[in-house]
Amino acid sequence: MSRNLILGAVLSSLILLAALVSFVWTPYDYAALDIPNKLQPPNAQHWFGTDHFGRDMFSMIMVGARTSIAVALVAVGIGMALGVPLGLTAAARKGSWLDEVIMRGNDLVFAFPSLVIAILITAVFGAGAINAIIAIGIFNIPVFARITRGAALSLWEREFILAARVSGKGAARISAEHILPNVANLLIVQGTIQFSLGILAEAGLSYVGLGAQPPTPSWGRMLADAQTMVSFAPHLALIPGLAIIVTVLGLNLLGDGLRDWLDPRIRVARA
Amino acid sequence: MPNVASMLRYALKRLISLLISLAVASVVIFAVIEVAPGDPASFMLGVNAQEDTLAALRAELGLDVSKAQRYFNWVGGMLMGDFGTSYTYRTPVSQMIADRLWVSLPLALYALTLSTLIAFPAGIYAAARRGKPGDLTVMGATQLGIAVPNFWFAMMLVLIFAINLRWFNAGGFAGWDQGLWIGLHSLTLPSIALALPQAAILARVMRSSLLDILGEDFMRTARAKGLSRRQALWRHGVRNALIPVLTIIGLQFSFLLAGSIIIEQVFYLPGLGRLVFQAISARDLIVVESVVMLLVFAVITVNFLVDLAYAAVDPRLRSRT
Amino acid sequence: MSLLQIENLSLSIHGAEILKQVSLSIDPGQIVAVTGESGSGKSMTALAVMQLLPNGAQAQGAIRLEGQDLLNRPEGEMCALRGAAVGMVFQEPMTALNPVKTIGDQVMETILIHNAMPRPQALARTQEVLTRVGLPPDRFPLSRYPHELSGGQRQRVVIAMAIALRPKLLIADEPTTALDVTTQAQILDLLKGLVREYSMGLLMITHDLAVVADMADQIVVMRRGEVVESGATTHLLRNMQHPYTRMLFEASGHQVSLPRAADPRPLLEVTEVTRDYRLPRKGLFGTPGHHRAVDGVSFALNKGERLGLVGESGCGKSTLTRAILGLEEVQSGDIRLDGQPVFAGHRPNLAVRRKMQVVFQDPYGSFNPRHRVARLITEPFHLLETPPAGSERQDRIAEMLTAVGLSPDDAGKYIHEFSGGQRQRIAIARALIIRPELILFDEAVSALDVSVRAQILDLLAELCATYDLTYLFISHDLRVVRTITDRVMVMQAGRIVEQGETEQVFANPQHPYTQTLIEAAPVLPDIGVNVA
Repeated sequence: MSRNLILGAVLSSLILLAALVSFVWTPYDYAALDIPNKLQPPNAQHWFGTDHFGRDMFSMIMVGARTSIAVALVAVGIGMALGVPLGLTAAARKGSWLDEVIMRGNDLVFAFPSLVIAILITAVFGAGAINAIIAIGIFNIPVFARITRGAALSLWEREFILAARVSGKGAARISAEHILPNVANLLIVQGTIQFSLGILAEAGLSYVGLGAQPPTPSWGRMLADAQTMVSFAPHLALIPGLAIIVTVLGLNLLGDGLRDWLDPRIRVARA
Repeated sequence: MPNVASMLRYALKRLISLLISLAVASVVIFAVIEVAPGDPASFMLGVNAQEDTLAALRAELGLDVSKAQRYFNWVGGMLMGDFGTSYTYRTPVSQMIADRLWVSLPLALYALTLSTLIAFPAGIYAAARRGKPGDLTVMGATQLGIAVPNFWFAMMLVLIFAINLRWFNAGGFAGWDQGLWIGLHSLTLPSIALALPQAAILARVMRSSLLDILGEDFMRTARAKGLSRRQALWRHGVRNALIPVLTIIGLQFSFLLAGSIIIEQVFYLPGLGRLVFQAISARDLIVVESVVMLLVFAVITVNFLVDLAYAAVDPRLRSRT
Repeated sequence: MSLLQIENLSLSIHGAEILKQVSLSIDPGQIVAVTGESGSGKSMTALAVMQLLPNGAQAQGAIRLEGQDLLNRPEGEMCALRGAAVGMVFQEPMTALNPVKTIGDQVMETILIHNAMPRPQALARTQEVLTRVGLPPDRFPLSRYPHELSGGQRQRVVIAMAIALRPKLLIADEPTTALDVTTQAQILDLLKGLVREYSMGLLMITHDLAVVADMADQIVVMRRGEVVESGATTHLLRNMQHPYTRMLFEASGHQVSLPRAADPRPLLEVTEVTRDYRLPRKGLFGTPGHHRAVDGVSFALNKGERLGLVGESGCGKSTLTRAILGLEEVQSGDIRLDGQPVFAGHRPNLAVRRKMQVVFQDPYGSFNPRHRVARLITEPFHLLETPPAGSERQDRIAEMLTAVGLSPDDAGKYIHEFSGGQRQRIAIARALIIRPELILFDEAVSALDVSVRAQILDLLAELCATYDLTYLFISHDLRVVRTITDRVMVMQAGRIVEQGETEQVFANPQHPYTQTLIEAAPVLPDIGVNVA
């Protein structure tokens, strides 16, 4: 196991743990106002200080982790649940009209960055965390469809797939039995990376007000609130920013580490 | 001249798929906006409006015809450069967009240039020194660069370079009529904020693409001819490595455009981003619709250009269909 | 003084011993062939001379080019030598050239990088060497890209790059292994001609003993990083000392005796089969062309018969194989097994598939790395209406693994635990497990080392006796087809140009193409080891 993998796993589970613990315990009520103690820098009572309403930043970061992880995780789930079957289908029917339709559809969705989708949805339905999930999720579909199709196509050329076809197995069965298990590692790695991109995207969306709405704390929203106060209370901007960086860094390291860790096994299996 | 013919064929094929993509995208955007509840005319005139005034406004806005007719009017208008009339400002949308585009487009291009200028040398340097301290430093920096949200990075840049050091203004845009230098100066911090995280991604792609190429047989052939490691890298490696890198540059343009919408918020820049957010809160859907269409148009067009660039780099693509 | 002198060269890569005390020498105008099976270290010896070893390699001993040691040369001096004093030709012409540069640029680069002459002369020299290797610029302009050339033509470009500066030593690492026999013969002739013309020394790395015997003045036989035997070709062939050398030659010309076939009754009938592929359009609005991969092929295969199908790459034998297996539909014609069509109404006919199995070439790509052997070899059970279950299934697995020379305990292992030869045995077990009427061997022994190949051929002969096999053996290797089949068909450009009793076709070929093929195939010297 590489250093990347361990460091990534530690950082990621730290944030995950904070999110989970926040369901049962936070140092303070994240929504409780305490105006007399507003804008305190980090100290013994408030480890991460307080914001302009005197709310405890540590508690808000913990609850914010919950929002970020939930949005990103569901978005990756949407991308995988729809993208992987599409990619497998396109590869199994390579060159057919179905493949063409799926791939052109992919290209089309790719032309709509998540922010643009979020703008469209918000313009029509109003802002909210669900919109962020849908916007990021839709953008993830072509990512997974493409990577699945690419990997599946090279597998379909392999002789063990021909052998399975000679044994009378159909495209669906071969996709499930032979293709999917052999692209699973790749999907895990890509999933981790999309997860981290989802965290970044969620932060961006809630920063511009297209994500989770108050009073639900979210890291992007905290940064937006901090912007006017950055000159006299820099911790308001520093801390949520560092939370995002730690999470994304952790997930990226985890993804890289997983790739290195899973890949040699495949290579050994082939060699 | 088989090469010219095949190049033209390739370009034509891409162009047709570009037009189809644009057509489908416009239908999708129109359909989504159509779902929006409420009547723009009554929204604009308020609840007490007279029925005949409403009807007149609807006719003025082109809302009194069938949906299909409205779609074709919209698309037809855009083709002629007429994006309709803003519901809130009662001014032509095309004029509003054109004004804002003069901020957003230079910002995205400035950032793309910066990101490429940083990423190429960094990626090539790291690949050439694979596993050595130089490589590890660059890779560590990019790992961090990818994890930093650009708008947070922008806030930090403002804190350091505008508030503390006072080298730049914290925000706002002086306008191009003040001179190119002043304009660029006010776009510098936003561009850096946009470019660095993207440069981190691009440098990593450049490095891994080069490393893949370094393992190819023809690199060994080049060495057997008497090229040094460095000569082989530059003469045979870089151009081949560009092929995947081009894809990422194309993708990055859409990220930069989207990213600029967010970054404009940090620096209070009067770009497309501010326009669209004002339009959302004012429920000025025709502006939202047009800006989104423009962004999608930009992304699709850039990818078309990337496809053409592919063919210029890789002769094999020209002879394939 | 020798041109190249390797003395006691030992090499380790990250601590693993690759070469042990290798010595050999080459004189100007001499061809020295280094031969051996995979893992013998023959290619590493070549790379060591070029000083293009992988990272982590450590060498001891001496490599001297005209008396000058190469091992301790600084990298800058090695660069000056590579391409100028020593040229190298590689195995894989398809990937040895940079796809985004023209052939002219790539050949000229050898000249310009050494500042050997000004640009106009370099251009003239480029045209000259390309003409010399058989690519005259009036037919093959310098502006061609590698993908516009065939494999043999690309190998000619690689050779042109290597000889552009008339090096004293040329190293060729399996230069014809990826090529068809007729192309191979041309490339070997070209190399021989160049050696004579320029008085170069040629260090030739090859696994093919027939090529070695045909080309070399000196032979060096290697095994596991060591030289086991070396000497002048004629002398060594007559007096082989080392048992490994004898084994190699025996295995290369390995003969099996097939049991007599059962009473003939038609099993596979192929009638007037044609398969077209669409080609890319020509010109801006041109209509897409067609490539006829299989063109009106008819033949019959009797029960108990062992039929061979030979031809060079692109002749349509793979397409025909896929059509027979029902993997691809044909445009016209009829393929029937036991009277039933392989395709029934655009769908593969399961009743026919049940009677057919296949063994592929690549022992590494033929198995899903995530499944165990028991699951891998029972995959064809999917074709049966009532697949065996429980102990019956276990018994069948055990029986098959034993039949192909493995142990029933191997059923629980993953495929990466087996060697290439063992994997090919497992592939045969998978093909046999449902007792098919017909087995297709698609280049099934082509990727194996000669000694392993000989064992698999023995296994096939054995299985013919126990299971009354009927098979179609598709191969480009004439020597193998000659011993493992009763009847043979020769395919060229989508057509079967000749068919008949194997011995008869080989001894007395009628069609000019068959004659060319047999003529081009390098022949093993008759050294009497088969008799001994």
